[in-house]
Order: sequence, then C-alpha cells, then structure tokens
Amino acid sequence: MKRTRFVFSGSGGQGVITAGIILAEAAVIHEGMNATQTQSYGAAARGGSTRSDVIISNQPIYYPEVNQANILVCLTQEAYINYSSTIRPGGLVLTDSRFVKTTKKVDARQIEVPMYDMVMEKIKKPIVFNICMLGALLGITEFVRPTSLMKVIKATVPKDFIELNQNAFELGMELGALYNE
Amino acid sequence: MTDNINSNSVNDNNGIKPNNINNGIKANNIKFIQGNEACVEGALYAGVDFFAGYPITPSTEIAELLSKKLPEKGGKFIQMEDEIASMCAIIGASLTGHKVMTATSGPGFSLKQEALGYACMAEIPCVIVNVQRGGPSTGNPTHVSQGDINQARWGTHGDHAIIALTASNHQDVFEVTVDAFNLAETYRTPVILLFDEVVGHMREKLIIPEKGELPIVDRLRTSVRKGVDYHPYLPREDGRLPMSDFGAEHRYNVTGLFHDMWGFPSNNPQVVRELLHHLVDKIENNVHTITRYKEHYLEGADYILISYGSSARSAIHMAKNRRERGEKVGVLELQSIWPFPEVMVREKCANAKAVIVVEMNMGQVMREVKACVDNPSKVFLANRIDNKLINPTNIKTLLRIIQGRGV
Amino acid sequence: MAIKDYIRQRYFPQMWCPGCGHGIILNSLLRAVDELGLDKNGIVMTSGIGCSARISGYVDFHSLHTLHGRALAFATGVKLSKPELRLIVPMGDGDALAIGGNHFIHAARRNIDITAIVMNNRIYGMTGGQYSPLSGPGKKATTAPYTTIDNQFDVVDLSIAAGASFVARSTAYHVLECIDILKKAIQHKGFSVVEILSQCPTHYGRKNKEGDAAQMLEVQKNTTAKLGSKALENDPTLIPRGIFVDIDAPEYCEEYDKIVQRAMKASQSGKPEEPLVNPLIQQSCVTQ
Repeated sequence: MKRTRFVFSGSGGQGVITAGIILAEAAVIHEGMNATQTQSYGAAARGGSTRSDVIISNQPIYYPEVNQANILVCLTQEAYINYSSTIRPGGLVLTDSRFVKTTKKVDARQIEVPMYDMVMEKIKKPIVFNICMLGALLGITEFVRPTSLMKVIKATVPKDFIELNQNAFELGMELGALYNE
Repeated sequence: MTDNINSNSVNDNNGIKPNNINNGIKANNIKFIQGNEACVEGALYAGVDFFAGYPITPSTEIAELLSKKLPEKGGKFIQMEDEIASMCAIIGASLTGHKVMTATSGPGFSLKQEALGYACMAEIPCVIVNVQRGGPSTGNPTHVSQGDINQARWGTHGDHAIIALTASNHQDVFEVTVDAFNLAETYRTPVILLFDEVVGHMREKLIIPEKGELPIVDRLRTSVRKGVDYHPYLPREDGRLPMSDFGAEHRYNVTGLFHDMWGFPSNNPQVVRELLHHLVDKIENNVHTITRYKEHYLEGADYILISYGSSARSAIHMAKNRRERGEKVGVLELQSIWPFPEVMVREKCANAKAVIVVEMNMGQVMREVKACVDNPSKVFLANRIDNKLINPTNIKTLLRIIQGRGV
Repeated sequence: MAIKDYIRQRYFPQMWCPGCGHGIILNSLLRAVDELGLDKNGIVMTSGIGCSARISGYVDFHSLHTLHGRALAFATGVKLSKPELRLIVPMGDGDALAIGGNHFIHAARRNIDITAIVMNNRIYGMTGGQYSPLSGPGKKATTAPYTTIDNQFDVVDLSIAAGASFVARSTAYHVLECIDILKKAIQHKGFSVVEILSQCPTHYGRKNKEGDAAQMLEVQKNTTAKLGSKALENDPTLIPRGIFVDIDAPEYCEEYDKIVQRAMKASQSGKPEEPLVNPLIQQSCVTQ
C-alpha cells in the first residue's frame, strides 16, 4: 500500500488509540507492511481529547507523526473542530453522526455513520464502539483485509470478549459498505 | 536512491525493511510494539535477569513489562522506594553475577547519578535506560526532548568515562540494548541507553532475531582457583577485569573510594592516578570499537545532517525527499554518543559544505561536532525545544536559509 | 575458628579512634558469627559511609562498602538476586536514619531477610562531630554551637512501626548481651534491626562533657536496663535493652519466589493470568 496517513481522534475512553494500534498491527503482522503509531499523551487517563496517528506503507516510514491525514476519524465534535482542517485535500473524513455535526468547509469526502447508535441498538455495549468504527472504515475502503484485523483482535482480547468484538466489527463493516465506492 | 547503511553495528539492517512480506520470519517473532517494549525484548535477549526501578513517565512501560516477564524466566523484578535505591539495588545484584538494568527519565536520572558514579568507580556492569522527556526539573513528562545528552556524560561528579548509546527505530532499540549489555560486560562499566519519549512510546515493527543471531557477551569470571589470591582490581594484559560473584570462593572488598588491586581503600597518589587513568582509558582508548553509527544517503553529500534518536527520523525523511529532487543531502545517524566519535565525525564531514546537527535541545551534540570538525563555522543547529518532535519542514527551512534560497 | 580468621589482618590496625565503641561491636559481631558457625563465603557485609561503615573492610566476608545512606538499597539488590546469601548491614546513626532513612523504613516494610545494625554514637564522627537525627535536643555539636533543638528518632519504635520482624537494642558496654542478640538477629528470617549504643569520645564525648571512653561506657551501663527488669520498672526513664519484637512474618525473597513459581507456571502452560479488563479499551495514560 502507498503511504497512507490516518488520524483517529475522539475523547479518552472511546478507544481511538487502541483502534489505531489494531489497524497498524494488522498491517504489520498479517500483511507484511510497515506501520507506525504515535499518540498525544496527556495527564488524564479518562476524558479529555485523544489522538492517535497511524502511518501504513510498503516503504520505510521515518517521520512518524501525521501533519496532513489522508484518513481522519473524529468521534467527538471537539476532535472534528480541531482536526478537520488538517485533512489532505481529497481525503476521507469518517465521523459518528451522534457525536459530530459536520460542516461544508472541509475539502474531503465526509462520511457520517451512526456507529454509536447502531452499537447501542444491536450490541448494547459501548465498549466495542471503536471496533465498530474500524469495521466501518474497512467497509468503506479495505486498507487491510478484514480477516487480518480480526486476527489481531482475537490475539488481543480474552476469549469471552471475542464474539462481542467480532459482532461489532461485522456491524461496522455492513454500515461502511453502504459508502464503498 | 538507496538508503546506504554503514555501521559498526552487529546488524546492518536498519529495521525498516522495504516491501517485505515478512518472508521466512516466524510470526511470533514479528511484533508491533512500543520502543520501550523493544528495549525490554532486547534486554531479555541479552540475558537480563534483575531489574529494579521506580515508576516515571515516559519509561514506565519498561518496568511494567519486566515485572511480568522476569519472573516467567526465574528472574527478579523489584519496585524500589526511589530511583536512588533502584540504581543501588542493580549494582548489588550485578555483584552476585546477574545482568541488571534500571530504567528512568530526567528527574529519576538525576537521582541515579551518585550511584552511577559508584558503578563507574567500582566497575560494576549495569545498564541504565533514560527515556528522555522535557526538562529541566519535572519539565514535561509526556513530551519529547533530548536534553540529557550532557547529563549522561557529566551527570555524576568527578573525572570518568561513560558509554551512552541511542537509537531511532525499534529494530535498533533492540540491537543497541543488546549492545549495551555486551559493552557493560566487556568494559565493566555502566552503559546508558539514551532513548526519548517518541521512540519510547511510538509503536512500530520489531523482528526479534533468532537466538544466536546477535552476539551475547557473558560475564567474564576469574579462573583463579580457590586458595589462590584473586585480585579483583588488577587488570589483565588486555585491560579486562575478570569478576568473581559474591557468594563464590573469592572474598574481596568493593568500594567507591579509590582502591588498590584488592579493592581496599587507598589514597596513595600513585594508586589514585593509575586507577583514574584506567577508568578513563579503558573506554576512551576504545572509541573506535565502541562507535556505532549509520549513514543514510551520505554518499557525496554536500549537506550533512547529524542526528540521533527520534529526531534522526525527521532528518532521514527530509534527506530522502531532497535526494529524490536531486539535492545532495545525507544523514549521519549517531548511535553511540559517548564516548563521542570525534574522528569518525570529522572524517565524514570533511567535504561537506555545511553540517546541520538536528536535535531536540539547545545544541548539546552540536557543540561536540563543532569541537571536532575542521571548520566549525560550517556547523549549524536545527533544533526544537518546545517538546514537540522536530519535523522535516523545520529542518528544510534551515537548510534553505543556509543554501541562500530563502524560505 | 579464631577471631583473627574472620578479619583481614592486612588492613589492621583499624582506623577508629582509641576508645571508640565500634571496635567492640565488631568484636561482638565476629563472635556471634563464629558461635553460629557460619560459612564466610555465605556472608555479604554491606555498609554505607561513615566511621561505622569502615567495618566492612576489616572483615573477611564478601564486603560491599557503598554510598552514604544507601547500604540497605545495595543489600536489597544483593539479597533478592541471591537469597541464599546472608546480609549483614552495619550503619551509623546518620547513615541509617538521616540520609538513609527512607531506605531503612522500606527495607523494614518489605521484611527482607537482612540484619541491620545501627551503631548509634549520636554524632557524625567522620566529618568531625555534627549532630545526627539520634543526637536529641540540648546537645552540642560542631553544627549546633548553641545546642540542638531537633528531636531524635527512637530506632526501636521506628523499626517496629515500619514493619521489622526482629527489633532489639543493646550497648557496646554489654558485650555478652550483644553477642547473644546479634546471633538471634542473624538467625532471624526477615528484616532484623539491632540498635547498639556506641561511644564517640573524640567528638560527642568531648563536646558534651561526657568524659573519656570508660566514663561513656559507664553511662551506657547506668542509663539502660533490661526489658522486664526490676530496674526498668522502678525507673522508666532508663533506656530499655533487649529484644522488643521477634515474630514470624512473610519474608520478601520467599514471597517473591512464590511469584516466580506462579509466573513460570502460567507462561509454561501458555495461559498467562488474564487481565481484569478488556484490553481493547485500555487507555494509555500517564504522568510524572
């Protein structure tokens, strides 16, 4: 894959950092690509805004931070306000329609998906919101194979949680597929 | 344009293999982890079996991971009451014959200095990791800096020599960590690993080498038999000092005072002078052997960027882009900072139109470079001191000014 | 064995002043080791800085002469990395309880199997007579020309509160009692503290007009009394001597061995102990 820069943003506890790690890990471990993941650290463990930068490439990656994202995911309005202007023209902005009201000023394809509401309706566990978001992202464009991503999830979570995460991931895939071009 | 790598490192792979599909590598050996975890993997590969530490950002993951991994292999982990005690505890554990490590960041590194000097004086092998953050004082715990370069060199009091290594990517973090243990054993000295917050917290690929792929230096123990006098501080002809574990048949004294060949305190001027010479010479006379560096696009470079740690990533990124546009820009990446590789740096920079030191402090390595190149006036500093990772544009801006092209 | 078999004769005579109590304590300690029949190769003596700390150079054990106040931290590393070794850590009052106070209470809290001996002469001798945290108020020292106003620690109370599982006190005067207490302390499994009142005629004695060494030893005799004795009952102002605490409590290295067993078992079975939370929502966060 050509060098692709992702920014996952939201608030602490939504799992945006973990989501970035899972995507990058899938690319590295199961697809033989290179990836870096960095994040902005603050003093708060919960709440507050968080951001995770991921670069995936089949070439070496040196500078690991993302100044202009190809793909921007915003799960809070604050994140959208902070980062939507940094999207690379022609990029993709994925937002959750419950938490983010988009504006017309962004020079990118903007996709609003009711990920949180669907997770609450079908799965009823907010903790898998981030996995549903990854599903939606891959539903829109297959940056990595869905099976690679599931392999990482399976290797990371305790047995009892695998099915829950798989359901969330598949739900996201279905939601994202509606926007697959 | 290829990324030329030329290094004294044991492995010339720069860790980021282009376009590979993990050919022939066992899936378990490929990891996507933080730099701090890569350091732990390197330490385990080198044979660490004792760690004492104290929580401090951004190094804490090293302690956390070793608290899990060390007992799994029968090793020991202890969280001490502070960084001073952690440093003292690893020295004690090294004397019983173990490979030991501690990890910290700025404030904790300051606290360790007294015992670090003890390890220099008593010649105790140990590895100290400093994942650098913004300073001075509490500074900026969660953000990056490279401000402890000189502290690593001169943080403890008195004349002494020190070895400090660094790395910019996880494969190198792994390898220099192994190297650090090897050098600590070879020279019976503390070795400092100067990482930084970006490298420590960033995640990227690490391929763990198979056992035997990287050389491991084990403790050199004395062959003096029981009942025959063992002189713990009498160097062999090759300068090395074989050790005897506490608990083994030779009983001797270890002290931070100037001491004779028995390890007993002495203020005899000749003993003092010879010991200090020995402590400094064993490292300074081996600069060439200890020097580790990498070249990126350095062939025929008019403009040489000298960098290390995470800032080297930005320098290489920028040099790659310039080369693709036909500009002769290259990077000399330092992996050993102390003893400073003066001769190598002077030779590499001999034909450069300008040398730009890229670092995240106010010129700590730049001063060393200025001191060793033929023409110090051609040495410039590209830095950031706002605890943000310097980016390729920051460096490019300075380069354009030097080139007289404006920004 | 003869006592001379426990010392490094090469380095004698020792550096302590005539009349110093530390030589007497060294004698008691070596007799205790001899009576216990301990293997010299199994003992590591770790000390810090000060007059007391020089004791480690004179004994024919593995000896580790370290930094001011840090002896217990070094000893913790030695002991945990090789628990079969016996650790004896003689310290001065300033060494153990001023600069080393934090290490002291934490070693006691862990109940790690180390014998700490506080050679308490109530003064910094090696630097020439400054007051220590055990001097107490109303004493003269080179840094207290108008007398001290600092209160002193009670080493016994402090050690008990910090979790030491063996705590005792004796004096340089009570040589036989000292040997007996040191034997028990060394044999005790866990952190043991023995405070031994010692005399510094050169500094403390001169500054505070307590006379020569013999007179200072008289003071040790006359101002202390055995625990449970009639004398102590009649005069509670006397300083009690004897064993205050001697209990069985989990020892640090033995407890850590259990951790090792658990961790090895879990990793060999391929079933590491599972995290308590779904790691997919764990957030990395941190300060300080």
